Amino acid sequence: MATSAATTTERERGMSETLKREQYLDLYYFMQLNRQLEERMVRLFRQNKIVGGLYSSLGQEAVSVGTCSALEKRDWIAPMIRNIGALLVKGVPPRDIFTQHMAKFTSPTKGKDGTSHFGDLKVRHIVSPISMLGDLIPVMTGVAMAGRYLGQNIVALTWIGDGGSSTGAFHEGLGLAAAQKAPFVLIVENNQWAYSTPVSRQVPVKNLADRAVGYGIASTIVDGNDVVAVYQATKKAVAECRAGRGPHLIEVKTMRMRGHAQHDPAEYVPKEMFEYWKARDPIVLFEKYLTENKIWDEKVKSEIDARIERELDVEQKFAEDSPMPPPEFAEEGVYCENGCHQIEAQWQRSKAEVMPPKSSFDPGWKLEDLGKLGEIPGAKEVAASGGNGAKTGGPEFNGPQKQHSTPNLPAQSFVPAPARAPEAEREPAQSVAAVEAVEPAEPRIPFGRGPKDKAFRESPDNPQNKTYGRGGAPGKSFQKAPPEKVFHKSGPNKSFGKNQPGKNFSKGPQDKSGRR
Amino acid sequence: MATTAIPKPGAITMVEAIRQAMVEEMERDASVVAIGEDIGVYGGAFKVTDGMLAKFGRERVIETPIAETAIIGAACGMSFLGLRPVCEMQFIDFIACCFNQVTNFVAKSHYLWDAPVPIVIRGPSGGGVHGGPFHSANPEMYFVHTPGLKVIYPSTPSDAKGLLKSAIRDNNPVLFFEHKYLYRRLKEEMPEGDYTVPIGKAAIRRQGRDLTIISYAAMAHTAMEAAEELAKEGIDAEVIDLRTLLPLDKETIVASVKKTNKLLIVHEDTRTGGIAGEIAAIVCEEAFEDLDGPIERVTALDTPVPYSPPLEEHFLPNTAKVVAAARKLAKF
Repeated sequence: MATSAATTTERERGMSETLKREQYLDLYYFMQLNRQLEERMVRLFRQNKIVGGLYSSLGQEAVSVGTCSALEKRDWIAPMIRNIGALLVKGVPPRDIFTQHMAKFTSPTKGKDGTSHFGDLKVRHIVSPISMLGDLIPVMTGVAMAGRYLGQNIVALTWIGDGGSSTGAFHEGLGLAAAQKAPFVLIVENNQWAYSTPVSRQVPVKNLADRAVGYGIASTIVDGNDVVAVYQATKKAVAECRAGRGPHLIEVKTMRMRGHAQHDPAEYVPKEMFEYWKARDPIVLFEKYLTENKIWDEKVKSEIDARIERELDVEQKFAEDSPMPPPEFAEEGVYCENGCHQIEAQWQRSKAEVMPPKSSFDPGWKLEDLGKLGEIPGAKEVAASGGNGAKTGGPEFNGPQKQHSTPNLPAQSFVPAPARAPEAEREPAQSVAAVEAVEPAEPRIPFGRGPKDKAFRESPDNPQNKTYGRGGAPGKSFQKAPPEKVFHKSGPNKSFGKNQPGKNFSKGPQDKSGRR
Repeated sequence: MATTAIPKPGAITMVEAIRQAMVEEMERDASVVAIGEDIGVYGGAFKVTDGMLAKFGRERVIETPIAETAIIGAACGMSFLGLRPVCEMQFIDFIACCFNQVTNFVAKSHYLWDAPVPIVIRGPSGGGVHGGPFHSANPEMYFVHTPGLKVIYPSTPSDAKGLLKSAIRDNNPVLFFEHKYLYRRLKEEMPEGDYTVPIGKAAIRRQGRDLTIISYAAMAHTAMEAAEELAKEGIDAEVIDLRTLLPLDKETIVASVKKTNKLLIVHEDTRTGGIAGEIAAIVCEEAFEDLDGPIERVTALDTPVPYSPPLEEHFLPNTAKVVAAARKLAKF
């Protein structure tokens, strides 16, 4: 990785798909469009033309654009506030972003909500976010499950910040997605800050992707300022999801280059941190890469830039000239009524498969559903490992876990997590170090960086220095069969009627079985 | 009453009626699926979904981890692709765990971004069975106060079946409260064929001239018992069973008050912020001139639901309390 030429070679070697020139230029176009659109909105905000808050994705454009570019038209996304770029890739015109922020009647929500809070069920397959973080994870799990049920072979993808990864909805949603093996990709956008709180004060693990192990799902860590790496990691995850291998969590390491929102000067961020990440600006790095690899020249760049300016001029003017909504419009649309929507699922499989008698099923648990009896670790062994059944984290993950004993378990069980695949496709055990020594498993940073970056490149903090791994799946653990609870049938003996002798309802503690 | 005094051979309980509604809808429409905790092999804590897994398979009877937010979130996501999930809360008390999903995601989607959420959230509610403070709740008013939702709380098996079918076919998110005290304590014969009961229509359970008693769910039966008691004293009470709390059947309420000129509202929910206050406001707005006395209410106390039987009985409204309030009102 000493020169950009070497990185290119490595990349090509590790890649399943080489990008076409047009794809490279599209990535640039959308990242630059994303940035210029948001820069214009900052000016509009200062002119008081933006009604509410304005959130910036400056420095994170590669995440939105790289991830969403890896999806197909049929796939579904749900953006967060810093994923304007993903909306653009999905085909949302910039005027929708302008009008949303300016609360105009011409906006997708006609002024009922702002920012990226809008969706499109029919054409672009976008689910609107709400401000409560994490809630999109169970919702997109449901989208993924429904797509599978209908035979659509779609993948659902959403983003969550490092901050939002602490919510209960994150856990509940990812737990269900994992249990259901839903075709769901979660991009954990680690931009180092949850409002004013740094990651280190929120999360006691080194990599947010380490959490994937706990859900038994695959995971990947990728440099979020490297749009090609983000694209390729997502592409691979999406392909695995579509193949039925269950959810995939991708942690993208990046940096929020502005405050939480426009009102926030982010004085709590150390200056050195901004400087460090500014030198790694995703657009500047990509421009350099395109030039060094002769994918474009100055003329092409200026053509794209001019096109963006032209388009944004038109779109911004449309938004500024648009009317505000009429006040009484506030009363409309609380309910779906009077035929305002025809709700019809798009079946891509035979309905007969899910209808009786075909759907009929022997509902009992079988022993193979519950794991192999021989795999239950004895209580003694659990105690010996400190009650912490699996070792997580990469080679840098030191600390108490290092003292794990590995009683009665094959050695490869304790290969650090990033080298592990989900149960079904786990590769032969190899230490991370060994993998590194032979050949990088996946593309490295594709950009030649200046000497300034040498320390970062070689440091273990560089996400690219981690094996491009997946979270390990837990061994099938023994689960107890559903307890044979006796359900007290509080017999339907009492009839409801006035002419019955005595009281209509005998009070008694009858209907309580099943409490938990 | 729609019920019969002596159960006929085909009479079924409310649990069975709810199950029939779900099974019939799932047979009719492949987009209807069930999702919840322990609803498969076990058939649900109260056996409402008993047998459904065997009939419809794991793709349509989806057993989840203990994660109410995941249940509602996933159902919401499924509905965006045109499915109609019926979610079970093992006890409706646990809907508090997914309050955010229900009130912020599910309820607001259609208004904000034109995305209908045709899901049903159903579960056992209510007290009187000594379930204690976390298995006896009547949390309906949190949701009646949430624009975008519909809230149903039936009192008879046939209403439960017909209303649940309406709820499943409705394009809006519907909360369907099932009073667990009524689950197996009454039996009723179902009307023939594929029938529905309209959402938003109250039922007049007893015609009367002297005063109106409005109630719903288990308390509708208490109101009926009270009306029988009052009849012995020559007080002729009209009893209205709301059946749907949101949207509220204002026409039936106001028409009855205009007829009897006196109003007593009975609910098992706690007093402050209960639906009695809302009904009283509507009647004051629309029938103030017709009132011959103050609007009275008999409700549960403003406390959590206590566990011990003497405490819970003290907490809940009962026939005697309703009769006493009605007597007082009749004197005006």
